[in-house]
Amino acid sequence: MLKIKNLQVNYGGIEAVRNISLEVPEKSIVTLIGANGAGKSTTLRSVSGLVRPTAGEITFLGESLTGLPTTEIVKRGVTLVPEGRRIFPDMTVEENLKIGAYLRNDSLTEDMNWVYDLFPRLKERSWQLGGTLSGGEQQMLAVGRALMSRPKLLMMDEPSLGLAPLIVRGIFDIIREINKQGVTILLIEQNANMALQTADIAYVMETGRITRKGSGKELLADESIREAYLGKKKS
Amino acid sequence: MDFVQANLPYLLAGISVGGQYALIAIGYTMVYGILRLINFAHGDVFMVAGLLMVYLVTAVPLAAAIPLMILFTVLIGFTIERVAYKPLRSAPRMSIMISAIGVSYLIQNLAYYVTGGLAKTYPSIPWVSDTVTILGATTRRVTLITPVLTIILVIALVALIKYTKIGMAMRAVSRDFETSQLMGIKVDSVISITFIIGTGLAAVGSLLFFSSYTAVTPVAGAMPGLKAFVAAVFGGIGSIPGAVLGAFIIGICENIIKGLGWTTFSDAFTFALLIVILVVKPSGLFGEKNTDKV
Repeated sequence: MLKIKNLQVNYGGIEAVRNISLEVPEKSIVTLIGANGAGKSTTLRSVSGLVRPTAGEITFLGESLTGLPTTEIVKRGVTLVPEGRRIFPDMTVEENLKIGAYLRNDSLTEDMNWVYDLFPRLKERSWQLGGTLSGGEQQMLAVGRALMSRPKLLMMDEPSLGLAPLIVRGIFDIIREINKQGVTILLIEQNANMALQTADIAYVMETGRITRKGSGKELLADESIREAYLGKKKS
Repeated sequence: MDFVQANLPYLLAGISVGGQYALIAIGYTMVYGILRLINFAHGDVFMVAGLLMVYLVTAVPLAAAIPLMILFTVLIGFTIERVAYKPLRSAPRMSIMISAIGVSYLIQNLAYYVTGGLAKTYPSIPWVSDTVTILGATTRRVTLITPVLTIILVIALVALIKYTKIGMAMRAVSRDFETSQLMGIKVDSVISITFIIGTGLAAVGSLLFFSSYTAVTPVAGAMPGLKAFVAAVFGGIGSIPGAVLGAFIIGICENIIKGLGWTTFSDAFTFALLIVILVVKPSGLFGEKNTDKV
């Protein structure tokens, strides 16, 4: 569905992403794990058109996304849940959801109910300002807002960042649920454990390069991965 | 009754001037809200609107001149943003501010060139410029129209921002460019619309302002522009209700001071107020509260 080929991103002399290639098959959950500064966010931001790649090709459903403006990429069905949630704090929960559907002109009732079913908490708080929600609720709102554009591919940048373990578990349950309903997911995580458990395919990124690829289960069982990302010492 | 008769004109004039400042101040505050830019050229666009009216009435009937004047002013506002501010979108904020100062002087000097530096007589608009008497006080009808029209326009604007899709987009963009783009909002279009609304209101403001002052000079925009800017800061820059309230307070205070016989000090009062606000409450009456949660 999404193909990234030989992507290279340079930020003023620093090579943030070095010649990476990856593929996201339709209806799958793909994760990209790695430490801070490995180039994961930059990769997603390039797909969304927020960062201009130096070289390489990004195609979605056979059409090139390279060089398109962000709004056009959203229109094609690729939505990013940005790192740090970035909900609109002085808009109500409902307005935040509505703005997620900014490009649509049809009725939103059905999708609104869909999001409220996924996150009953948001329904209870639909009139509250986004900024008054807790971190976990804000993450739910950010995901709900992204779903309102009816994405074909939903990309998430560190959805577990700064959340309590129980809430992280809830978020990942929702990710699986959304995926079951037909949305393809590309997920970036530092929480390798949760990400690998959830993902069909996983890539490991280190200093701008992809160093490993495998199914989530394979990487979860791999000794060197366990040591580097899951905090297990070699026995 | 004597007291009313003696003081009512000042109060009326104050409310009226306040309304005119408000229409200019909204342009400052909206642009600041979205671009974090003090648009120094705004007062000069206001002056150009006055000049446009002067020249347009010589060419077309008055009924056509007013909408054409507003249209051309809006076009100028739109063009300034596209030519002088948009290319600097990712530049440091100081660059765009300097660009705004440059545009301001460019417009003033073009106006000198076109007018030859002479004060141009503003056309008198029938009905609007007529004199009326209320409660024994004589004034022009524009004095009464201004606050009413201002309030109507402000209510319409606030409703637009609060309830329409484009208004929602404006609020989103003023918060966060990048996330707005991720929602599919075209940031550049929203910024253009902001300039269009701001300059449109300034055009209406110029119509009301110059109808009560009769002459347009190339620097005629400077003083009302500055005062509207003070009003916007006083109200809390970025806040539309704040700018409107600030404008009315400044307009009324200035005219009360004039009524007390201290006309010389009325401008000084406004700028002293600016200093006091910046020292005591820099965020103004309704300044932005940050409810961000990191």
